[in-house]
Amino acid sequence: MSIEGLRALVADFLAGHDPRTTDRLEFLRARYDAGLAWVAYPQGHGGRGLPQAMQPEVDRLFAEAGAPDNRPGTNGIGLGMAAPTILSYGTEEQKDRFLRPLWTGEEIWCQLFSEPGAGSDLANVSTRAVRDGDGWVVNGQKVWTSGAHNARYAILVARTDPDQPKHFGLTYFLCDMTDPGVDVRPLRQITGEAEFNEVFLTDVRIPDSQRLGAEGEGWKVANATLNNERVSIGRSAERESGMIGVVARTWREHPEKRTSELHDRLLRLWAEAEVFRMTGARLRQKLAQGQPGPEGSAMKLAFARIAQQLSGLELEILGEDGLRYESDRGWSMVRPETVDFTGRDAGYRYLRAKGNSIEGGTSEILRNVVAERVLGLPGEHRVDKTLPWKEIPR
Amino acid sequence: MSDLDLLPTEIEEDLRGSVRDLLGDRCDPAAVIAMYDGDRSLVAPLWKALAADLGLAGLLVAEEHGGHGATAREAAVVLEELGRHAAPVPFLTSAVIATSVLESDSVTPAGRELLAALASGERTAALVVPWSTGPGSPVVGRAGTVTSVAGALDADVLLVPVTTTSGLEIRAVAAERATVTPVVSLDMTRQLADVTVPVGEGEVVVADAEGAVRDALELGAALLASEQVGAARWCLDTTLAYVKVRRQFGRVVGGFQAIKHRLADLYTGVESATAAARYAAVAHAVADPDAPVSTAVAQAFCSDLAVLAAEEAVQLHGGIGMTWEHPAHVYLKRAKADQVALGTPGRHRARLATLVDLPGVGG
Ligand SMILES: Cc1cc2nc3c(=O)[nH]c(=O)nc-3n(C[C@H](O)[C@H](O)[C@H](O)COP(=O)(O)OP(=O)(O)OC[C@H]3O[C@@H](n4cnc5c(N)ncnc54)[C@H](O)[C@@H]3O)c2cc1C
Repeated sequence: MSIEGLRALVADFLAGHDPRTTDRLEFLRARYDAGLAWVAYPQGHGGRGLPQAMQPEVDRLFAEAGAPDNRPGTNGIGLGMAAPTILSYGTEEQKDRFLRPLWTGEEIWCQLFSEPGAGSDLANVSTRAVRDGDGWVVNGQKVWTSGAHNARYAILVARTDPDQPKHFGLTYFLCDMTDPGVDVRPLRQITGEAEFNEVFLTDVRIPDSQRLGAEGEGWKVANATLNNERVSIGRSAERESGMIGVVARTWREHPEKRTSELHDRLLRLWAEAEVFRMTGARLRQKLAQGQPGPEGSAMKLAFARIAQQLSGLELEILGEDGLRYESDRGWSMVRPETVDFTGRDAGYRYLRAKGNSIEGGTSEILRNVVAERVLGLPGEHRVDKTLPWKEIPR
Repeated sequence: MSDLDLLPTEIEEDLRGSVRDLLGDRCDPAAVIAMYDGDRSLVAPLWKALAADLGLAGLLVAEEHGGHGATAREAAVVLEELGRHAAPVPFLTSAVIATSVLESDSVTPAGRELLAALASGERTAALVVPWSTGPGSPVVGRAGTVTSVAGALDADVLLVPVTTTSGLEIRAVAAERATVTPVVSLDMTRQLADVTVPVGEGEVVVADAEGAVRDALELGAALLASEQVGAARWCLDTTLAYVKVRRQFGRVVGGFQAIKHRLADLYTGVESATAAARYAAVAHAVADPDAPVSTAVAQAFCSDLAVLAAEEAVQLHGGIGMTWEHPAHVYLKRAKADQVALGTPGRHRARLATLVDLPGVGG
């Protein structure tokens, strides 16, 4: 389909669903059903199998018409990670059940991967899922779970066979966060907020119909999720979007704070942010519609570095003003509904950006991924790959 | 410079030991973190113990004014320990900067009296300038509010620069005669305040004060480097200890070469910063002509190094480094605020350009 054809479809849809008079949810559901939600998704699941590159134009047309959006900031994990994984590995029933309310934002998702003993080494998770009739019973502890306090569902990796080597005994589930065995406790972050949580799972029941992928295939499915996470972080279409936009604005608004040294550093980072944007565009074209592979890791590495350098520079530009952390809510403990890397004030941005090189795989792990999976360099000496999981010393 | 002794003496090590012991007992990291929620109950008793019991308030004050007559060398050792504990006490603002202002030749009798009160730890003072003011920046005493003042919340006397027809003078104003409004600060362990002093308030304590203020900020910046070194060392030590026990992939993560190299680099940086900070302290202790260069170099290097160390600490702790409960964030915030405090590294490099005759374009 041409972009003109797509524009006509949106116009048709808008003619039939006046955004000013249609109920918000009804509007979003209808947009999904019309295949105008995520246009790269297949027919019947909110899309039309079109190139991903057409998405920004569709979003722009809807925004221009004053249409409600699906509040993507509240459901980053759902949209960026759960959805593409369900699309790749889900049964038709699972896609039918989960994708639509996910896209409309009726159901928010979180990611129950990391554990106290399994962060970088995700394949080491010890949360156990044991078969019980037509379902599973899950016990264990997860940690750093962003947005668990808002989530209706979670993507979950659990160990189903401790006798297998670590990568082969894992299974991937879709977990109902309203199950009585799910206990979500806030974990406060260096910004003062509790964006992430500890999640204790006690005899949580998951029907087998909510297993995603085959039993024992959890590592493969989880990698699909992680690869999607890494390309979805920091995707920026517009020049000066993201952190560079914020810092450029600060610069323009404060002529009194300018020095040639700061100017030089800002311009270096501006150029890097622009190169990052082009690299992202090029990578997306290269991948076309296929599933992202480990190449996205290099993008996420660059994203974290640039965001951190820019937000650090911003505080130096602001000087005295950067010493103040008073806008909005200060250090008070809140449980936010959205994650916004570029929101609030410069101090918040600086601190929050520190998470960018930890969440979704640390920068060290991503360098290993690039070195080993993209460049084919040999891995480090490891003792834990071939032993049955339960025999690994910890 | 080669004949300046850069290693601590036995006496300095003893001093370090007693400061470290006291902070170990009385400066609980959990209480430091609680300051971010507005609980400042740690500060007063801790400062009393350090200032009066250990006599640190008068460390730099001459013996004839009731102090210990020690030098920047000893103060640097104290600051390394305070930095290591992110201790929320007004040593730098009162016992270094404020006393230095009052040690000026143009101090008045009232100023001399105040200096003795500061030396005994009976009173605590703060110089009323924005905390970002570096030794090269002009200080103008004007009516109205001075924003982002460090140490004012802990001070009972404010040293207020006032511009008069005959130049800059410093007036001592009792804190209760001023409006001191706490600011939610990036670094709550040195929480800032906005200070408003009624016009004409206070007594003149230093008459011709321009040089005195510049010297005080210069000494403050030189010694801030030692605080930064202390903070960086805590970050290095704590991170090292962690990566030696944290296991992933069936091994301790400190065994991965990527981590080893990072920490070897960080160690190199911390050692270098220690030398730079030490040289600045020693140069000031003997009033070496190279003292201004030593300050600019120390600030240009140590500010960024401390930030790097804190950033590495957060990163190498993984998710735990991002939590409120782990103290790494306290050091990150302290290091980032210290980078701006008393002049950014960029400002210090600009000063250096003049001092060592490396003019910029058009200069
Ligand atoms: C803000 C934030 C949000 C998060 N949200 C979620 C979420 O929603 N769901 C979820 O499941 N998880 C989430 N996480 C967890 C995140 O994925 C983990 O923190 C991360 O994978 C690192 O694990 P860890 O914290 O256990 O650190 P560790 O794995 O213990 O790592 C410690 C340090 O060692 C380094 N290291 C480890 N192994 C190697 C190696 N082989 N080579 C070199 N260096 C190595 C690491 O890079 C790190 O610097 C979040 C984390 C943060 C900070």
